[in-house]
Amino acid sequence: MEKTWNNKAWFLVLPMLVLVAFSAVIPLMTVVNYSVQDTFGNNVFFWAGTEWFEELLHSNRFWEAMARNLIFSFIILAIEVPLGIFIALNMPKKGWGVPVCLVLMALPLLIPWNVVGTIWQVFGRNDIGLLGYYVNALGIHYNYVQDKYDAWVTVIIMDVWHWTSLVVLLCYAGLVSIPDAFYQAAKIDGASRWAVFRYIQLPKMQRVLLIAVLLRFMDSFMIYTEPFVVTGGGPGNSTTFLSIDLVKTALGQFDLGPAAAMSLVYFLIILLLSWIFYTVMTNYDAER
Amino acid sequence: MNLDLTWMAWTWPTAAFFGTIFLLLCGMAAWEYASPGGNPRVGVLRFETTRGDRLFLSLLGSAFIHLAWLGLVGPNLWWALALSVVYAVGVFRYV
Repeated sequence: MEKTWNNKAWFLVLPMLVLVAFSAVIPLMTVVNYSVQDTFGNNVFFWAGTEWFEELLHSNRFWEAMARNLIFSFIILAIEVPLGIFIALNMPKKGWGVPVCLVLMALPLLIPWNVVGTIWQVFGRNDIGLLGYYVNALGIHYNYVQDKYDAWVTVIIMDVWHWTSLVVLLCYAGLVSIPDAFYQAAKIDGASRWAVFRYIQLPKMQRVLLIAVLLRFMDSFMIYTEPFVVTGGGPGNSTTFLSIDLVKTALGQFDLGPAAAMSLVYFLIILLLSWIFYTVMTNYDAER
Repeated sequence: MNLDLTWMAWTWPTAAFFGTIFLLLCGMAAWEYASPGGNPRVGVLRFETTRGDRLFLSLLGSAFIHLAWLGLVGPNLWWALALSVVYAVGVFRYV
Protein backbone atom coordinates (compact mmCIF):
# COMPACT_ATOMS: atom_id res chain seq x y z
CA MET A 1 0.00 0.00 0.00
CA GLU A 2 1.58 3.24 -1.13
CA LYS A 3 0.39 6.53 0.32
CA THR A 4 0.16 9.52 -1.98
CA TRP A 5 0.93 11.90 0.88
CA ASN A 6 1.64 11.90 4.60
CA ASN A 7 -1.70 12.05 6.42
CA LYS A 8 0.01 12.68 9.77
CA ALA A 9 0.03 16.36 8.83
CA TRP A 10 -3.69 16.37 9.68
CA PHE A 11 -2.72 16.29 13.37
CA LEU A 12 -1.47 19.86 12.91
CA VAL A 13 -5.05 21.04 12.41
CA LEU A 14 -6.18 19.39 15.65
CA PRO A 15 -6.05 22.66 17.72
CA MET A 16 -8.25 24.38 15.12
CA LEU A 17 -10.59 21.41 15.17
CA VAL A 18 -11.00 21.74 18.95
CA LEU A 19 -11.62 25.49 18.59
CA VAL A 20 -14.24 24.95 15.87
CA ALA A 21 -15.85 22.20 17.96
CA PHE A 22 -16.40 24.60 20.85
CA SER A 23 -17.36 27.64 18.79
CA ALA A 24 -19.46 26.00 16.07
CA VAL A 25 -20.10 22.26 16.32
CA ILE A 26 -21.36 22.14 19.92
CA PRO A 27 -23.67 25.18 19.46
CA LEU A 28 -24.94 23.63 16.21
CA MET A 29 -25.64 20.34 17.99
CA THR A 30 -27.57 22.28 20.63
CA VAL A 31 -29.61 24.01 17.93
CA VAL A 32 -30.44 20.60 16.40
CA ASN A 33 -31.55 19.40 19.85
CA TYR A 34 -33.70 22.49 20.38
CA SER A 35 -35.29 22.16 16.94
CA VAL A 36 -37.10 18.96 17.87
CA GLN A 37 -38.28 20.14 21.30
CA ASP A 38 -40.34 22.81 22.99
CA THR A 39 -39.47 24.69 26.15
CA PHE A 40 -41.11 27.16 28.48
CA GLY A 41 -37.79 27.97 30.16
CA ASN A 42 -36.11 26.65 33.29
CA ASN A 43 -34.20 24.10 31.16
CA VAL A 44 -37.28 21.87 30.83
CA PHE A 45 -37.88 20.46 27.33
CA PHE A 46 -40.74 18.57 25.68
CA TRP A 47 -40.40 16.40 22.60
CA ALA A 48 -41.99 17.98 19.50
CA GLY A 49 -40.48 15.85 16.72
CA THR A 50 -40.60 17.48 13.30
CA GLU A 51 -43.49 19.78 14.23
CA TRP A 52 -41.45 23.02 14.06
CA PHE A 53 -40.03 22.13 10.66
CA GLU A 54 -43.51 21.37 9.28
CA GLU A 55 -44.85 24.59 10.76
CA LEU A 56 -41.96 26.54 9.26
CA LEU A 57 -42.26 25.01 5.79
CA HIS A 58 -45.99 25.82 5.72
CA SER A 59 -45.54 29.30 7.17
CA ASN A 60 -46.22 32.27 4.90
CA ARG A 61 -44.12 34.43 7.19
CA PHE A 62 -40.99 32.35 6.47
CA TRP A 63 -41.48 32.20 2.69
CA GLU A 64 -42.29 35.92 2.55
CA ALA A 65 -39.07 36.73 4.44
CA MET A 66 -37.17 34.42 2.07
CA ALA A 67 -38.74 36.14 -0.96
CA ARG A 68 -37.85 39.56 0.45
CA ASN A 69 -34.27 38.39 0.95
CA LEU A 70 -33.97 37.08 -2.60
CA ILE A 71 -35.55 40.23 -4.11
CA PHE A 72 -33.24 42.40 -2.01
CA SER A 73 -30.15 40.43 -3.09
CA PHE A 74 -31.21 40.58 -6.74
CA ILE A 75 -31.79 44.36 -6.63
CA ILE A 76 -28.53 45.22 -4.92
CA LEU A 77 -26.55 42.98 -7.28
CA ALA A 78 -28.28 44.58 -10.28
CA ILE A 79 -27.19 48.01 -9.00
CA GLU A 80 -23.83 47.38 -7.32
CA VAL A 81 -22.15 45.28 -10.01
CA PRO A 82 -22.69 47.60 -13.03
CA LEU A 83 -22.10 50.68 -10.84
CA GLY A 84 -18.92 49.15 -9.40
CA ILE A 85 -17.59 48.34 -12.89
CA PHE A 86 -18.47 51.85 -14.10
CA ILE A 87 -16.66 53.56 -11.20
CA ALA A 88 -13.63 51.24 -11.47
CA LEU A 89 -13.33 51.97 -15.20
CA ASN A 90 -13.34 55.70 -14.50
CA MET A 91 -10.89 55.69 -11.61
CA PRO A 92 -7.39 57.02 -12.39
CA LYS A 93 -4.76 54.37 -13.08
CA LYS A 94 -1.74 56.63 -12.37
CA GLY A 95 -0.78 59.68 -10.30
CA TRP A 96 -1.96 61.19 -7.03
CA GLY A 97 -5.59 60.44 -7.80
CA VAL A 98 -5.06 56.71 -7.26
CA PRO A 99 -4.45 56.74 -3.47
CA VAL A 100 -7.13 59.42 -2.98
CA CYS A 101 -9.73 57.36 -4.84
CA LEU A 102 -8.71 54.14 -3.10
CA VAL A 103 -8.99 55.71 0.35
CA LEU A 104 -12.36 57.28 -0.51
CA MET A 105 -13.61 53.94 -1.80
CA ALA A 106 -12.34 52.05 1.24
CA LEU A 107 -13.98 54.43 3.76
CA PRO A 108 -17.54 53.01 3.67
CA LEU A 109 -16.15 49.50 4.08
CA LEU A 110 -14.40 50.49 7.31
CA ILE A 111 -17.56 51.72 9.02
CA PRO A 112 -19.22 49.14 11.31
CA TRP A 113 -22.62 47.92 10.19
CA ASN A 114 -24.56 49.32 13.15
CA VAL A 115 -22.95 52.74 12.61
CA VAL A 116 -23.95 52.64 8.93
CA GLY A 117 -27.50 51.84 10.04
CA THR A 118 -27.50 54.72 12.53
CA ILE A 119 -26.10 57.17 9.94
CA TRP A 120 -28.87 56.32 7.47
CA GLN A 121 -31.55 56.21 10.14
CA VAL A 122 -30.78 59.82 11.03
CA PHE A 123 -29.96 60.87 7.44
CA GLY A 124 -33.35 59.65 6.20
CA ARG A 125 -35.52 61.21 8.94
CA ASN A 126 -37.85 63.81 7.51
CA ASP A 127 -37.61 66.12 10.54
CA ILE A 128 -33.85 66.33 11.18
CA GLY A 129 -32.22 64.18 8.47
CA LEU A 130 -30.54 65.90 5.54
CA LEU A 131 -31.91 63.45 2.99
CA GLY A 132 -35.43 63.12 4.40
CA TYR A 133 -35.89 66.85 5.04
CA TYR A 134 -34.76 68.03 1.60
CA VAL A 135 -36.54 65.28 -0.36
CA ASN A 136 -39.78 66.34 1.37
CA ALA A 137 -38.92 70.02 0.79
CA LEU A 138 -38.75 69.21 -2.94
CA GLY A 139 -42.37 68.10 -2.73
CA ILE A 140 -41.67 64.34 -2.84
CA HIS A 141 -43.38 62.56 0.02
CA TYR A 142 -40.74 60.43 1.74
CA ASN A 143 -41.10 58.72 5.10
CA TYR A 144 -39.31 55.41 5.58
CA VAL A 145 -40.99 54.86 8.94
CA GLN A 146 -44.51 54.76 7.47
CA ASP A 147 -44.13 53.89 3.81
CA LYS A 148 -42.84 50.42 2.86
CA TYR A 149 -41.54 51.55 -0.54
CA ASP A 150 -39.57 54.38 1.09
CA ALA A 151 -38.20 51.87 3.61
CA TRP A 152 -37.04 49.58 0.78
CA VAL A 153 -35.49 52.47 -1.14
CA THR A 154 -33.62 53.58 2.00
CA VAL A 155 -32.32 50.09 2.79
CA ILE A 156 -31.23 49.53 -0.82
CA ILE A 157 -29.49 52.92 -1.15
CA MET A 158 -27.79 52.29 2.20
CA ASP A 159 -26.48 48.92 1.03
CA VAL A 160 -25.35 50.38 -2.30
CA TRP A 161 -23.55 53.19 -0.44
CA HIS A 162 -21.91 50.72 1.94
CA TRP A 163 -20.89 47.90 -0.39
CA THR A 164 -20.46 49.20 -3.95
CA SER A 165 -16.90 50.10 -2.92
CA LEU A 166 -16.10 46.43 -2.49
CA VAL A 167 -17.12 45.73 -6.10
CA VAL A 168 -15.16 48.83 -7.21
CA LEU A 169 -11.98 47.76 -5.43
CA LEU A 170 -12.19 44.20 -6.76
CA CYS A 171 -12.84 45.40 -10.33
CA TYR A 172 -10.06 47.98 -10.04
CA ALA A 173 -7.64 45.25 -8.94
CA GLY A 174 -8.66 43.26 -12.02
CA LEU A 175 -8.25 46.28 -14.30
CA VAL A 176 -4.79 47.34 -13.12
CA SER A 177 -3.52 43.79 -13.60
CA ILE A 178 -4.10 44.02 -17.39
CA PRO A 179 -0.73 44.55 -19.12
CA ASP A 180 -0.36 47.67 -21.29
CA ALA A 181 0.42 45.48 -24.29
CA PHE A 182 -3.28 44.56 -24.55
CA TYR A 183 -4.30 48.23 -24.82
CA GLN A 184 -1.50 48.96 -27.29
CA ALA A 185 -2.62 46.08 -29.52
CA ALA A 186 -6.21 47.32 -29.34
CA LYS A 187 -5.09 50.82 -30.30
CA ILE A 188 -3.15 49.51 -33.32
CA ASP A 189 -6.26 47.58 -34.40
CA GLY A 190 -8.35 50.73 -34.01
CA ALA A 191 -10.64 49.11 -31.41
CA SER A 192 -13.48 51.25 -30.06
CA ARG A 193 -13.90 52.00 -26.34
CA TRP A 194 -16.71 49.44 -26.19
CA ALA A 195 -14.57 46.79 -27.96
CA VAL A 196 -11.75 47.34 -25.44
CA PHE A 197 -14.22 46.88 -22.60
CA ARG A 198 -15.98 43.87 -24.14
CA TYR A 199 -12.93 41.92 -25.35
CA ILE A 200 -10.12 42.97 -22.99
CA GLN A 201 -11.34 44.47 -19.72
CA LEU A 202 -14.45 42.39 -19.06
CA PRO A 203 -12.76 38.99 -19.68
CA LYS A 204 -9.84 40.04 -17.48
CA MET A 205 -12.26 41.10 -14.72
CA GLN A 206 -14.24 37.86 -14.92
CA ARG A 207 -12.60 36.24 -11.90
CA VAL A 208 -12.88 39.24 -9.60
CA LEU A 209 -16.44 39.85 -10.76
CA LEU A 210 -17.30 36.29 -9.88
CA ILE A 211 -15.88 36.82 -6.40
CA ALA A 212 -17.75 40.14 -6.09
CA VAL A 213 -21.11 38.68 -7.17
CA LEU A 214 -20.85 35.65 -4.91
CA LEU A 215 -19.59 37.64 -1.91
CA ARG A 216 -22.29 40.28 -2.26
CA PHE A 217 -24.99 37.67 -2.76
CA MET A 218 -23.99 35.71 0.33
CA ASP A 219 -23.56 38.85 2.39
CA SER A 220 -26.89 40.37 1.33
CA PHE A 221 -28.63 37.06 1.94
CA MET A 222 -27.46 37.18 5.56
CA ILE A 223 -28.03 40.92 6.07
CA TYR A 224 -29.24 41.84 9.55
CA THR A 225 -27.76 44.83 11.33
CA GLU A 226 -28.26 47.68 8.85
CA PRO A 227 -32.00 47.17 8.07
CA PHE A 228 -32.64 46.26 11.71
CA VAL A 229 -31.16 49.56 12.91
CA VAL A 230 -32.89 51.67 10.22
CA THR A 231 -36.35 50.13 9.97
CA GLY A 232 -36.47 47.40 12.63
CA GLY A 233 -38.00 45.19 9.91
CA GLY A 234 -40.88 47.57 9.33
CA PRO A 235 -43.15 49.24 8.51
CA GLY A 236 -45.17 46.12 9.28
CA ASN A 237 -43.00 43.27 8.05
CA SER A 238 -41.98 44.95 4.80
CA THR A 239 -38.23 44.89 5.45
CA THR A 240 -38.16 41.82 7.68
CA PHE A 241 -35.49 39.63 6.12
CA LEU A 242 -34.75 36.06 7.20
CA SER A 243 -32.19 37.00 9.84
CA ILE A 244 -34.43 39.67 11.36
CA ASP A 245 -37.34 37.22 11.44
CA LEU A 246 -35.09 34.66 13.11
CA VAL A 247 -34.03 37.05 15.86
CA LYS A 248 -37.65 38.14 16.40
CA THR A 249 -38.70 34.49 16.81
CA ALA A 250 -35.78 33.48 19.05
CA LEU A 251 -35.33 36.54 21.25
CA GLY A 252 -38.53 38.55 20.80
CA GLN A 253 -41.00 35.70 21.18
CA PHE A 254 -38.58 33.30 22.96
CA ASP A 255 -39.83 30.47 20.71
CA LEU A 256 -36.59 28.52 20.84
CA GLY A 257 -37.88 25.39 19.08
CA PRO A 258 -39.28 27.16 15.98
CA ALA A 259 -36.26 29.50 15.93
CA ALA A 260 -33.88 26.52 16.03
CA ALA A 261 -35.76 24.87 13.14
CA MET A 262 -35.58 28.10 11.18
CA SER A 263 -31.85 28.45 11.99
CA LEU A 264 -31.18 24.99 10.61
CA VAL A 265 -33.07 25.60 7.36
CA TYR A 266 -31.29 28.95 6.99
CA PHE A 267 -27.98 27.25 7.76
CA LEU A 268 -28.59 24.58 5.11
CA ILE A 269 -29.34 27.23 2.50
CA ILE A 270 -26.15 29.13 3.42
CA LEU A 271 -24.19 25.84 3.39
CA LEU A 272 -25.48 25.08 -0.11
CA LEU A 273 -24.56 28.58 -1.31
CA SER A 274 -21.11 28.31 0.28
CA TRP A 275 -20.55 25.00 -1.45
CA ILE A 276 -21.56 26.49 -4.81
CA PHE A 277 -19.23 29.46 -4.09
CA TYR A 278 -16.33 27.17 -3.22
CA THR A 279 -16.92 24.83 -6.16
CA VAL A 280 -17.23 27.61 -8.71
CA MET A 281 -14.07 29.31 -7.43
CA THR A 282 -11.92 26.17 -7.24
CA ASN A 283 -13.06 24.92 -10.66
CA TYR A 284 -12.48 28.31 -12.22
CA ASP A 285 -8.92 28.23 -10.86
CA ALA A 286 -8.41 24.65 -12.06
CA GLU A 287 -9.60 25.53 -15.58
CA ARG A 288 -7.12 28.37 -15.76
CA MET B 1 -15.63 16.49 37.43
CA ASN B 2 -19.35 16.83 36.90
CA LEU B 3 -19.91 17.41 33.19
CA ASP B 4 -23.41 18.86 33.10
CA LEU B 5 -24.73 18.81 29.54
CA THR B 6 -28.42 19.34 30.30
CA TRP B 7 -28.25 22.80 28.71
CA MET B 8 -27.67 21.05 25.38
CA ALA B 9 -31.10 19.42 25.76
CA TRP B 10 -30.02 16.02 24.41
CA THR B 11 -32.61 13.52 23.20
CA TRP B 12 -32.07 9.91 22.07
CA PRO B 13 -33.10 10.55 18.44
CA THR B 14 -30.72 13.53 18.05
CA ALA B 15 -27.93 11.60 19.81
CA ALA B 16 -28.51 8.72 17.36
CA PHE B 17 -28.42 11.21 14.47
CA PHE B 18 -25.06 12.65 15.52
CA GLY B 19 -23.77 9.16 16.36
CA THR B 20 -24.59 8.10 12.78
CA ILE B 21 -22.75 11.13 11.37
CA PHE B 22 -19.77 10.33 13.61
CA LEU B 23 -19.76 6.70 12.47
CA LEU B 24 -19.94 7.83 8.84
CA LEU B 25 -16.90 10.05 9.39
CA CYS B 26 -15.05 7.17 11.09
CA GLY B 27 -15.98 4.94 8.15
CA MET B 28 -14.66 7.54 5.71
CA ALA B 29 -11.41 7.78 7.72
CA ALA B 30 -11.02 3.98 7.61
CA TRP B 31 -11.76 4.00 3.87
CA GLU B 32 -9.13 6.68 3.37
CA TYR B 33 -6.62 4.64 5.38
CA ALA B 34 -7.34 1.55 3.30
CA SER B 35 -7.39 3.41 -0.01
CA PRO B 36 -5.56 6.74 0.29
CA GLY B 37 -5.95 9.68 -2.07
CA GLY B 38 -9.70 10.29 -1.82
CA ASN B 39 -10.43 8.60 -5.17
CA PRO B 40 -10.75 11.84 -7.17
CA ARG B 41 -12.71 11.60 -10.43
CA VAL B 42 -14.84 13.66 -12.80
CA GLY B 43 -18.48 12.57 -12.75
CA VAL B 44 -21.80 13.87 -14.03
CA LEU B 45 -21.22 17.30 -12.49
CA ARG B 46 -18.24 17.69 -14.87
CA PHE B 47 -15.76 18.62 -12.14
CA GLU B 48 -13.46 16.65 -9.92
CA THR B 49 -14.86 15.29 -6.66
CA THR B 50 -13.28 13.19 -3.94
CA ARG B 51 -15.21 10.73 -1.80
CA GLY B 52 -15.33 13.37 0.97
CA ASP B 53 -17.08 15.73 -1.49
CA ARG B 54 -19.48 12.94 -2.36
CA LEU B 55 -20.31 12.33 1.32
CA PHE B 56 -20.89 16.06 1.84
CA LEU B 57 -23.18 16.20 -1.22
CA SER B 58 -25.04 13.11 -0.02
CA LEU B 59 -25.63 14.56 3.46
CA LEU B 60 -26.59 18.03 2.21
CA GLY B 61 -28.89 16.60 -0.45
CA SER B 62 -30.45 14.24 2.09
CA ALA B 63 -31.22 17.18 4.38
CA PHE B 64 -33.03 18.95 1.53
CA ILE B 65 -34.86 15.73 0.55
CA HIS B 66 -36.15 15.39 4.14
CA LEU B 67 -37.21 19.05 4.23
CA ALA B 68 -38.96 18.77 0.87
CA TRP B 69 -40.73 15.62 2.05
CA LEU B 70 -41.87 17.36 5.24
CA GLY B 71 -43.13 20.37 3.33
CA LEU B 72 -44.76 18.57 0.40
CA VAL B 73 -45.81 15.13 1.67
CA GLY B 74 -46.02 14.79 5.44
CA PRO B 75 -44.30 13.92 8.70
CA ASN B 76 -43.65 10.24 7.93
CA LEU B 77 -39.99 10.45 6.99
CA TRP B 78 -39.14 6.77 6.37
CA TRP B 79 -39.73 7.15 2.63
CA ALA B 80 -37.62 10.32 2.64
CA LEU B 81 -34.85 8.33 4.33
CA ALA B 82 -35.13 5.58 1.71
CA LEU B 83 -35.02 8.20 -1.06
CA SER B 84 -31.95 9.78 0.57
CA VAL B 85 -30.15 6.42 0.66
CA VAL B 86 -30.92 5.92 -3.04
CA TYR B 87 -29.71 9.49 -3.71
CA ALA B 88 -26.50 8.90 -1.71
CA VAL B 89 -25.79 5.67 -3.61
CA GLY B 90 -26.34 7.62 -6.85
CA VAL B 91 -23.96 10.37 -5.72
CA PHE B 92 -21.24 7.89 -4.76
CA ARG B 93 -21.69 6.01 -8.02
CA TYR B 94 -22.05 8.81 -10.59
CA VAL B 95 -20.84 12.16 -9.16
